[in-house]
Amino acid sequence: MRGPDTALPLQFDRVSLSLGGVDVIKDLTLTLAGAAPVVLVGPNGSGKSTLLRLAMGLVQPTHGRVTWGGLAAPGDRLAIVFQRPVMLRRSARANIDYVLGRSDKLSASVLLERVGLAHVANRPARRLSGGEQQRLALARALARNPEILLLDEPSASLDPAATKALEDILREVAASGVKIVMSTHDIGQARRIGAEVVFLVGGRAIEHGPAARFFSSPASREATAFLKGELVL
Amino acid sequence: MSDHSSALWLVFGGDPAFYAIVLLSLEVSICAVLLAAAVALPFGAVLALVNFPGRSFIVVVTNAFMGLPPVVVGLAVYLLLSRSGPLGPLGILFTPSAMIIAQAILVAPIIAALTRQTVEDLWREYQDELTALGISPARRVRTLLWDARYSLVTTLLAGFGRAAAEVGTVMIVGGNIAGATRTMTTAIALETSKGDLQLAMGLGFVLITLIIVVNALAWSVRRFSEARAG
Repeated sequence: MRGPDTALPLQFDRVSLSLGGVDVIKDLTLTLAGAAPVVLVGPNGSGKSTLLRLAMGLVQPTHGRVTWGGLAAPGDRLAIVFQRPVMLRRSARANIDYVLGRSDKLSASVLLERVGLAHVANRPARRLSGGEQQRLALARALARNPEILLLDEPSASLDPAATKALEDILREVAASGVKIVMSTHDIGQARRIGAEVVFLVGGRAIEHGPAARFFSSPASREATAFLKGELVL
Repeated sequence: MSDHSSALWLVFGGDPAFYAIVLLSLEVSICAVLLAAAVALPFGAVLALVNFPGRSFIVVVTNAFMGLPPVVVGLAVYLLLSRSGPLGPLGILFTPSAMIIAQAILVAPIIAALTRQTVEDLWREYQDELTALGISPARRVRTLLWDARYSLVTTLLAGFGRAAAEVGTVMIVGGNIAGATRTMTTAIALETSKGDLQLAMGLGFVLITLIIVVNALAWSVRRFSEARAG
């Protein structure tokens, strides 16, 4: 148990990961610190999801190492929202209670209120719309009282209204001091949420820096092409 | 079908001996399924989640035991419970308790094997999420059993079907004693060998109807709770 220790900085030190003989992440070195929201951008298959799984400690690197606040174990101050979150077969409220410990100060009602789902608290989670399920997954992740919140393309299958609802909540979460690390292939979303950008191509982090600079004057040819909407191979 | 041994007469004729047979059949089969489920559900779920040396062997044996020959199980339980057997002092041979134990042994591998498959499939979907939520292994087992509950109802019904239709074990360890251990299947076997085919047919008709009714009830419960809990 790490208790009140911090999981930041989250460091990737020459991390490689091969799955089934394919190098998904290649020699990646990256330090995520501070409170600024980070967005991972890059073409499909560039390793964004895998990077998040490594950050969550769900997979171990083949080479190199990932450290959280200098330690080799992720601790319990991390949470992740998957692209397709798994809703447990019970009510929305019960999905949150499932994660909350008896001693937690957080309550399911407050969390549901926070993501705008108080009115569907007693509905079966699997009967909620895609946008509602994403917000419920977000509330469930927040129930872990995370220091770092990882999100894997959370609005990939959402309509604009649902996406806006999600982004509004994410901004509030970021403002409350939670470090957000989110992957997206939506450049507009990256601009709206990201203060820092990590640009991935083929399992390598090609650029990492302030979002404003990345969008106005990308340093690499790949990023220039990507931002113009061209295919990056 | 006009004489007193027709199925209709059996059901509505008010013969207490007949009702006793029906009730005992249901009681033995349901108790056997519940007893088997208490062991086989957690066993199947743990087998699905835990990797250990020899796991594949146990999976194969569990699957194979779905086809345990009832007479062999009956014989084994008979030997265990007979007066000179290790559990002889219990004195439960030729009682419904012995029939329940024997049928539970027959049904447990079915429930365990189907549970293992169901939970393993669900685990593939849940693995990342439950790991990321920091759920302990014991709680994973409970969560998966609960979230697979609708599929597991069908698993229990498969077990019930096996128990209700089975005649070999209950005949051996129960003894088909009228008014004590006679079930519908043993009664059918007896009436057939006595040549009262019409009564045997009537009993068979009632047995099949009962099995359909139990399945219909389970189906309704499943539909109802699925509609509520999603």
